[in-house]
Amino acid sequence: MTDNKVTNILMAGVGGQGTLLASEILSEVLMQAGFDVKKAEVHGMAQRGGSVVSHVRFGKKVYSSIIPEGEVDVLFGFELLETYRYLPLVKGSGAVVVNNLKIAPPSVALGKREYPVDVAAKLKELVANVHVVDGLQLAEQAGNSRTVNTVLLGALSNTLEPTHEQWIDAIKSLVPERFLDVNLKAFELGRQIR
Amino acid sequence: MQKTILSGNEAFARAAYEAGVTVASAYPGTPSTEILENITQYERIDASWAPNEKVALEVGIGASIGGARTIVTMKHVGVNVAADPLFTFSYTGVRGGMVLVVADDPEMHSSQDEQDSRHYARFAKVPMFEPSDSQEALDFTRLAFEVSEQFDAPIMVRSTTRISHSKSIVELGEPLMELPETGLVRDPSKFVMLPGNARIRHPLVEKRLVDMAEWACSQGFNRVEAGNGKIGIITSGVAYQYTREVFPEADILKLGLVFPLPKQMIRDFAERFETIYVIEELDPFIEEQVKAMGINVIGKEKVPICGELTPGRLRQAFDIDPPSLPPIKEELPPRPPNMCPGCPHRGVFHALNRLKAYVTGDIGCYTLGFMPPLSAMDTCICMGASIGNATGLSKVLNEEDRKKVVAVIGDSTFLHTGLNGLMDMVYNKSTATVLILDNSTTGMTGRQDNPATGYTLDGEFANQVDLEALCRALGVKHVETVDPAQMDNTRKVIKEAMERPEVSVVITRRPCVLIKHENVVEDLPPLYVKSDKCVACKACLTIGCPAIEWETGKDGSKGNCKVDRLLCNGCQVCMQLCKFDAFGVCDD
Repeated sequence: MTDNKVTNILMAGVGGQGTLLASEILSEVLMQAGFDVKKAEVHGMAQRGGSVVSHVRFGKKVYSSIIPEGEVDVLFGFELLETYRYLPLVKGSGAVVVNNLKIAPPSVALGKREYPVDVAAKLKELVANVHVVDGLQLAEQAGNSRTVNTVLLGALSNTLEPTHEQWIDAIKSLVPERFLDVNLKAFELGRQIR
Repeated sequence: MQKTILSGNEAFARAAYEAGVTVASAYPGTPSTEILENITQYERIDASWAPNEKVALEVGIGASIGGARTIVTMKHVGVNVAADPLFTFSYTGVRGGMVLVVADDPEMHSSQDEQDSRHYARFAKVPMFEPSDSQEALDFTRLAFEVSEQFDAPIMVRSTTRISHSKSIVELGEPLMELPETGLVRDPSKFVMLPGNARIRHPLVEKRLVDMAEWACSQGFNRVEAGNGKIGIITSGVAYQYTREVFPEADILKLGLVFPLPKQMIRDFAERFETIYVIEELDPFIEEQVKAMGINVIGKEKVPICGELTPGRLRQAFDIDPPSLPPIKEELPPRPPNMCPGCPHRGVFHALNRLKAYVTGDIGCYTLGFMPPLSAMDTCICMGASIGNATGLSKVLNEEDRKKVVAVIGDSTFLHTGLNGLMDMVYNKSTATVLILDNSTTGMTGRQDNPATGYTLDGEFANQVDLEALCRALGVKHVETVDPAQMDNTRKVIKEAMERPEVSVVITRRPCVLIKHENVVEDLPPLYVKSDKCVACKACLTIGCPAIEWETGKDGSKGNCKVDRLLCNGCQVCMQLCKFDAFGVCDD
């Protein structure tokens, strides 16, 4: 049982950021690479700007689709506050890949609360391995500001086993034809981040 | 056979196809909605949205009586609505196999309670399978159709949010190519449940359960997984996965059929261990039945009864290496769901807030009208309850307070179970205001069509219920329709209705901004704030639109509101609140 190493990726973001598509591509590529894969998320509130999390787990054999608390290997964040919120679930030796973006939650937009300051620095205090990615800038460079999710996947792809070809195949199988080129470009820009 | 990655809901849909189902009916409800949406890809299945779960089940029963294999799906609270036909259908049994998939929502991710549907299986004496991943969702559901015909019973399959909305790898099966024969067969002693017939059916139901309990002891869906022989655990569903995660060395009796229980199998298993645990999510359903068999097990003394289980919560319950999580030292601002930018409900709730209405609410996106800063909802009980609640309140209030009561209900919810409430309100001479928020869709569950939208599940044109005429037919004399984006008029019409000592219906009609059908939603240019004109009065913030953000002034300046043009939908509701003409329309 001990040789069954399961890797846990927790994706955190805000409804509407495309985390669900990213988790679909991620699960697909891991399956194609020969792993057992499970993915858990909660639908229903996602389109309404609420906090969204997706659990992706892979290994030889995966039981729970939810990541056991404290066992996240990679926290994959689409927004700074949401990444910070789930930081306690990360293993001491874990890594964070985070999009350098702030989206004000309602209480902040109303001027009643402050958005936490220096989130990226706080992440680095608590986890040694933090990559901050300028997702929006790279997405715009790719030609569409809505491809931030694919840029981030590109950045994450370097840390995982599947081959470049397997990633491209997974993106091709899940992204609608008319958005494919821009997403492939976004993925490559993300993947160049080291 | 082909391997693919499927959600539980996709797997349920696939199972229906493989089993030769030709009729499917449902009312949308999280986390069950996607089952029917996925079934639409299989052309041989006639799939449709019913106006409520009771109708969905009755349609399913009719199709089964006609010989077809049939699937009906709903969320846990939907079974409350469908309970009446369910209990009697248990007596009649089926002709074509019938499966009711019910999706529970432990943790109430998107529900008003976390009732445990397994009780319905026992209560209605209907057998119930419980899968623990997508593969079992496919295999058990497909098998359930055969079992339904073999034991002449409708079969329930219980899902939960973590089964329905989790994905895992599934090996697909071959679809049945020969479909069951349909047609009229008269069998009144079986299908006409008058007392004389029902008295004959009831003993058959009891015998069926005894037979099944014995049969289930030798079936593969109930299995023992050997461990190191020290502790024995009885579990089922998603709790099985967490159990394997936390107790990798335990011996496990994994139940695939949770009702009726395989009693002999449980006795044989229990005999081998000094300590036996039952690990199940929500209620002690298995535990109490096993205890009633005289077997001493440990269950809810340790395992939480409220909320969903997780591996961490299970570890904590058993003091096994519980995770110690480093806390974040500062309190983070929460990020609750919110009405979308451009949501037609926003103006309505702003008006209700200003009119200090006492709002009896209902189930839908508009329940978010409860959230600050709109803060205009005082009750929310269940689908359709708003109108009956308003009637009850008006019976006990004085004249002045009675005027404040406003029932708020969406188009889909009104047709689900609100109609009867309105009928009662008029018939029994109550006075209250009823707002039907017609956004031309069933929004909260992901924009499904309903009898008032003019489209079917397949996206084909259909008859569109005339809500105004319907209300008049129920006897409502004052029916008015407004565009909720026109704030002054909306408020004026609601105010007049509240003042009127008679039943008044106000229909606020404007389509949901997310509607999929073409040419329904106007494409409007976004707004911007002229910072020189904004006086920082914050009036526009009182609608709680996610596209408007307060920007604190730097170096002592006043600060101002700004619009995120990527989020703004151009509805101009905020503009109508600004007395300083600070909003402009982007013209690029």
